[in-house]
Amino acid sequence: MTAREKRYLVLGGLVFVAVAFLPFADTGYWLSLGISIAMYTVLATSWALFSGPTHYISLATAAFFGLGMYVAGVGVDLLPFPVLVLLAAAGGAVLAAVVGLATLRLSGVYFVIFTLGLAELVRQIVTWVQTTMGSSSGLYVLTGITEPMIYWQLLALAALVFLVGWWIGRSRLGFALRIIGNDEVVAAHSGINTARVKVMLFVISGTVAAVTGAILAPRWTYIEPTIAFSAMISFQVVIMALLGGAHRLWGPLLGVIPFTFLSDQISANFPNQTTLLFGVAFLLIVYAIPNGVVGLVENLLQGRKWRSG
Amino acid sequence: MALGMVLTVENVSKQFGGLHAVQGVSFGLEENEVLGLIGPNGSGKTTMLNLISGAYKPSAGRIALYGKDISGSSANAIATMGVARTFQIVRMLPSLTVLENVAAGGVFGHGRRWGQELEESARSLLTRVGLKNAEDAPVSVLTYIDQKRVELARALISDPKVLLLDEWLAGLSASELETGIALIKELRAEGRTIIVVEHVMDAIRSLCDRCIVMNSGAKIAEGAPKNVLADSEVIRAYLGTADA
Amino acid sequence: MLETRNLSVFYGRHRAVEDVSVTVSKGEVVVMLGANCAGKSTFLRAVSGLTPVMTGGSVVLDGRDITHHPPHAVVEAGIALVPEDRGVFGDLTAHENLILGAHPRRARPHQAQNLDRVLSLFPKLAERRKQVVRTMSGGEQQMVAIGRAMMSAPSILMLDEPSLGLSPLLCSELFRALARVKETGVGILLVEQNAKQSLAIADRGYLLDNGHIAAADSAEALSRDEKVKRAYLGAG
Ligand SMILES: Nc1ncnc2c1ncn2[C@@H]1O[C@H](COP(=O)(O)OP(=O)(O)OP(=O)(O)O)[C@@H](O)[C@H]1O
Ligand SMILES: [Mg+2]
Repeated sequence: MTAREKRYLVLGGLVFVAVAFLPFADTGYWLSLGISIAMYTVLATSWALFSGPTHYISLATAAFFGLGMYVAGVGVDLLPFPVLVLLAAAGGAVLAAVVGLATLRLSGVYFVIFTLGLAELVRQIVTWVQTTMGSSSGLYVLTGITEPMIYWQLLALAALVFLVGWWIGRSRLGFALRIIGNDEVVAAHSGINTARVKVMLFVISGTVAAVTGAILAPRWTYIEPTIAFSAMISFQVVIMALLGGAHRLWGPLLGVIPFTFLSDQISANFPNQTTLLFGVAFLLIVYAIPNGVVGLVENLLQGRKWRSG
Repeated sequence: MALGMVLTVENVSKQFGGLHAVQGVSFGLEENEVLGLIGPNGSGKTTMLNLISGAYKPSAGRIALYGKDISGSSANAIATMGVARTFQIVRMLPSLTVLENVAAGGVFGHGRRWGQELEESARSLLTRVGLKNAEDAPVSVLTYIDQKRVELARALISDPKVLLLDEWLAGLSASELETGIALIKELRAEGRTIIVVEHVMDAIRSLCDRCIVMNSGAKIAEGAPKNVLADSEVIRAYLGTADA
Repeated sequence: MLETRNLSVFYGRHRAVEDVSVTVSKGEVVVMLGANCAGKSTFLRAVSGLTPVMTGGSVVLDGRDITHHPPHAVVEAGIALVPEDRGVFGDLTAHENLILGAHPRRARPHQAQNLDRVLSLFPKLAERRKQVVRTMSGGEQQMVAIGRAMMSAPSILMLDEPSLGLSPLLCSELFRALARVKETGVGILLVEQNAKQSLAIADRGYLLDNGHIAAADSAEALSRDEKVKRAYLGAG
């Protein structure tokens, strides 16, 4: 580890400790905003671990997120909560592995559409199971877990995701992923098992999304398929990650923070035109900063450009 | 199978739809040999290399590497066994630097290494192929020929036992060609077994022990370059005149 | 006639081409020789409007200044380039690539005639008209690239290493064909490593060294020049 990396690590740690004090300052509006930011930071950062370097745009986040939420919802009266989180992780990993093995051969737009369909498929199955089991269409998740506890769990998960991402970034695996994103043919002829690498990363991001769902289940108290598997989640994650910049570990975070504030303002002040204003805001942002916030920051930082003959 | 055979290709065919790109081709490759693969455009040379390196699976026939059947193996498995290649139409990794483009060949598979060691090998290979002072540049600023040099370095970083070169010498000037030929000879002297696909007959003559001529997917001649290049059918189908 | 005056191209602080002045008249073949970093490709790209040139230099076609024109305007004016990396549309068929070559307004009336000419030079392209170019062999793609440039009915045809990847037989045929194209009044600017065959069909030639014109002479004189012999024609 270089001195510079150590400094970043310490700095990152300090930031985490600092934001962990948020619940002591406010348990209302700011905490709930903090939870949203933490949730989307985890989802968007883990999404970008896979999709950033490979350019495989996955719209399956909601499938894993909803799965995790349902694991927590179904098991809440049967097992202790930490066990449920682990079960959700296992469920997300298995689903991601199966889906990954089946679909990562698909290229480009076919992969996108399949992952979108996957969330819908899982949602339909859950709905079907629930209605044939005779119960109502939703589930109550009643626990003693408070908002600050959810917030801290998400923060811890975020810290873990950043550490994993940092480790991948400097490992063989991360380099292999970048090679794959550039040219899979070259990757394969360089001895890289492209299928295995892609599935591994897809599993990591699926697992994280499922754990996020499980952690958030107690907050929602009542969950039903349309909410838990909402395609909006998948889309927002993609938008935020791309807005920030998916090719840097800290890129998605730079998308999540402004986007969460913006969406909060829009939905508070214009409850009837939310979607419309969202769309307009999104178009303007993409037009103004095509390379994401990271691109903007990097352009400002470095003016030099490489050229030779 | 003879002793010391690195590669045996038996009756291999490859079809694309109705097109027979390779038809019933058989040949062997001996340890430390340089084999030339020549023939008209579209005769199946690149397809043959694609079959050996696992980019395609044969429609029929069998390919064995060190006696092991690899007809169904994946490209990464074959690369891991020590087969490296370059591409006729270069394939750069555009978002990586020149140095990273070379290092890409050595992260996994045969001769895998990492960290300082990988970086140092990449550096020394860039020097070896004649590319200095461009390590941190994006590959897009390199000329086409320099990109080909990067590709050779990327193949070499895995310390391959078998090297497949698809028109790597094409486009070099006469003096650059000499250096290029010398480099390939050196690679052979290091104990590697090499297949070269080339349209430059001077290179074929000075490099190859043996060459195979393909036409319309089939092998039409095989032997020492000087005999093969004098073959009347080869002249008619490929060379045009007695000396090209 | 194509004329460049003091054309310079800089990449950052590095000069790739400096003060290059050449002329190519209608109905003549001009060859440009040089090592693989002499700046030949950069020069062709600059003429085509693909690389920005420094102020002070100019590109003039038939008396009309086309310096700083965007690439499509340069093609429309009558200059076609076959780039070194071929620049074909990999996802389109061979036929579609050729037809797209005839997109400039000036080329449309002659489309059928030019297509016949291209297909008689490369009969394989007629056979493979429906093949997606990405799946074609290297040499076949090169045929598409040359064919597409010829389809734009250029008055000046610039080719960057057209023989790259062509079989010896096809290579000789290509050079013979270029000599025929010249007869129709087209001016040809050829960048080639195959110095022997290109000098054989050329009228004049330039030597480019380190971005500068090092020599300019008739093709005949160049092929007798000792330096040229050593560097480009092979010792033997
Ligand atoms: N993926 C593919 N799909 C369809 N046809 C293909 C495919 N790959 C190759 N072909 C065809 O198979 C034939 C053999 O191609 P190949 O690339 O092996 O030729 P080659 O001998 O390398 O020629 P060249 O000297 O021009 O590079 C060609 O006619 C080509 O168009
Ligand atoms: Mg080929």
